[in-house]
Amino acid sequence: MKPQDIIKPENKVIARPRLLLDAHTHYCPGCSHGVVHKLIAEVIDELGIEDNTIGVAPVGCAVFAYNYIDIDWVEAAHGRAPAVATAISRLNPGNVVFTYQGDGDLAAIGTAETIHAANRGENIVIVFINNAIYGMTGGQMAPTTLIGQKTATTPYGRRVDLNGYPIKISDILAGLDGTCYVTRQAVHTPAAVRKTKAALKKAFQNAMAKKGTSVVEVVSTCNSGWKLSPADSNKWMVEHMTEKYPLGDLKNV
Amino acid sequence: MKEEIIIAGFGGQGVLSMGKILAYAGLMDDLEVTWMPAYGPEQRGGTANVTVILSDRSISSPIVDMYDTAVILNQQSLDKFESKVKPGGTLIYDPYGIRHKPTRTDIRVIEVPATEATIEMGNAKTYNMLLLGALLQARPLVPDDAVIRGLKKTLPERHHHLIPLNEQAIAKGKSLVKQ
Amino acid sequence: MKGNEAIAHAAIRYGVDGYFGYPITPQSEVLETLEAEMPWETTGMVVLQAESEVAAINMVYGGASTGKAVMTSSSSPGVSLKQEGISYIAASELPALIVNVMRGGPGLGTIQPSQADYFQATKGGGHGDYHLIVLSPATVQEMADFVGLGLDLAFKYRTPAMILADGVVGQMMEKVVLPPFRPRRTDEEIALQCPWALTGKHGRDHHNVITSLEMDSVKMEHNNIRFQQTYKTIEENEVRYEEKFTEDADYLIVAFGSVARICLKAIEEAREKGIKIGLLRPITLWPFPFKEIARLSHRVKGILTVELNAGQMIEDVRLADEGHVPVYHFGRMGGMIPNPSEVIDALQSHFPEITIK
Repeated sequence: MKPQDIIKPENKVIARPRLLLDAHTHYCPGCSHGVVHKLIAEVIDELGIEDNTIGVAPVGCAVFAYNYIDIDWVEAAHGRAPAVATAISRLNPGNVVFTYQGDGDLAAIGTAETIHAANRGENIVIVFINNAIYGMTGGQMAPTTLIGQKTATTPYGRRVDLNGYPIKISDILAGLDGTCYVTRQAVHTPAAVRKTKAALKKAFQNAMAKKGTSVVEVVSTCNSGWKLSPADSNKWMVEHMTEKYPLGDLKNV
Repeated sequence: MKEEIIIAGFGGQGVLSMGKILAYAGLMDDLEVTWMPAYGPEQRGGTANVTVILSDRSISSPIVDMYDTAVILNQQSLDKFESKVKPGGTLIYDPYGIRHKPTRTDIRVIEVPATEATIEMGNAKTYNMLLLGALLQARPLVPDDAVIRGLKKTLPERHHHLIPLNEQAIAKGKSLVKQ
Repeated sequence: MKGNEAIAHAAIRYGVDGYFGYPITPQSEVLETLEAEMPWETTGMVVLQAESEVAAINMVYGGASTGKAVMTSSSSPGVSLKQEGISYIAASELPALIVNVMRGGPGLGTIQPSQADYFQATKGGGHGDYHLIVLSPATVQEMADFVGLGLDLAFKYRTPAMILADGVVGQMMEKVVLPPFRPRRTDEEIALQCPWALTGKHGRDHHNVITSLEMDSVKMEHNNIRFQQTYKTIEENEVRYEEKFTEDADYLIVAFGSVARICLKAIEEAREKGIKIGLLRPITLWPFPFKEIARLSHRVKGILTVELNAGQMIEDVRLADEGHVPVYHFGRMGGMIPNPSEVIDALQSHFPEITIK
């Protein structure tokens, strides 16, 4: 049997999701963003909502998310995605609206917008990529950076006396009456990827059912920022990140 | 016809709402009106004043230097605005708490013991309407029915049962001005 | 009704889709009136008290990106907070209306009226090369009228517009004729009028993206050139101003907003004494009536600008005058408002040859 005999549509077991645009991403090899993008593209396709979904892109590594998923997008100012999404959702109740934000965007500069959108119970999905570092700007400390973790602005490790504690923002969001679903997932193993996809699907279904705000935190890796190989990054994530940020549902009503 | 009026006193005395009713009365009477408040951030107790202009022609400035009529409810306002009444104009004041009475002789000065009369009436909220009555007796700028229509316009529906009380206060205020 | 209330009523009647604001004196009546009117029950207009001015302007950005007619209002310190968002809206070529009922500054300043945000409104405000269409109302009637005018211009040119009002027109009451009710645009009308709008991809073979980001400098410069072309078209077509008594004027006062009315009273008094002074009131502060002031500067002996600030618009008046006749500034600051008599004093002190009182 020759390879040509095998490469046939009926034998295909994996493909680029239909809604993932045929573009080279700017993400570093090994980055979690690509996986989460793919899952979102699949979920939107499977739910049949590509024609009425509007995404709100952040400032940070995912700033170009609009170049990768074939739906309508708006690029928000740093941290303001939940405010932007609030208005889109309120003015266009027929649309499914989600934000895609990193830890700096969501839990530092945009904390107020995140908390208040969630507290109002806006019918939106917030996808939160927590990799404990600022990737786009070159590896500075994030609000979620772990104690002792070295970054460009904590070159000797994050110190509590200087920098305070890593913030567990999803736990705060889970405590708000406006959220209906808050979960913390990861994409470091095939099993974890499947769970994250299920979580994203549930979150989008909640938005379609106008149940309130859903938050899907994805504990992620940044091998460039962490200065580790992709494989070692996954290992470091499991060993260190999940202790502070344990995986699983925080709220599901 | 053009009348530039200042009403000045403490916040909480009903200065702004008295001006508002007067402005709405003018509006009901088809006059051009402006109502321009000046007050501090506090809701009660600070000084407050409002300039109301009624005119049969369009009004340029809502802010003026000199007034045809001043309605003065405390000493600070009297100190500030006595000199700003145009010669031949009218100054109406409540003597309650006034230590230095107005001294000008080129204007018509009318003392209206409104605080005293309000206490007699037994409802502190009628104070400004009493003064409005006095003002309209001294300066019949708008007909009574326009005032009542103005009152209806400014009072929320749920307070419309208070209109007869306000009418009484206006009448009482009018009676306090000697011709 | 009050100027601030007129804005709220005009917004409902115009068919505004969404208002997003945060309370700040002296403009809170806009939000208060909208909440009391409950337009979501009648026209379907969304009214939302945001958690901050920053959130409010970004809600405006989000709403505008979907082609809806959206607006916010605030006062000076709050408008400073909105500047980043305004820059994004301008750079994303989105229509929106921002109302600034100016109070005295800098800093927390005072809640009393001011015109000290002229530079901020007309010279940029936020970062980058952009302009807002800036409308300056002098009456409560114009507060109402400029809601519709501002949004019409914003949609016509796909650029944000601002009503730059002073606290006097915000807080004062006078007679106003409100515009007639008209229905909000339907989603179909929006899709037709605003093919760029985010509506979800349905009915389109491509996705729409609203962004101000462009990493390719060549493309980013092209974007900037396109913005500048729009601004040039606006400058050519949308200058608005009012002239009073300029036909025979020996001197000219240039003033905007409520101050123009105070000046008009001073002019009326001067004319009673035979002193011929004219008034030019810029209605659009950007685009500024440069040509009209230049024309008048060739016919008068001197120009006085009167502003509630330390001298901001005077820079544009001097640019228009090109050194032809002396241009002087008279201003009060920090919430103080000049009365007509002070304007006359200023005229007399700058132009000693005239005696009015």
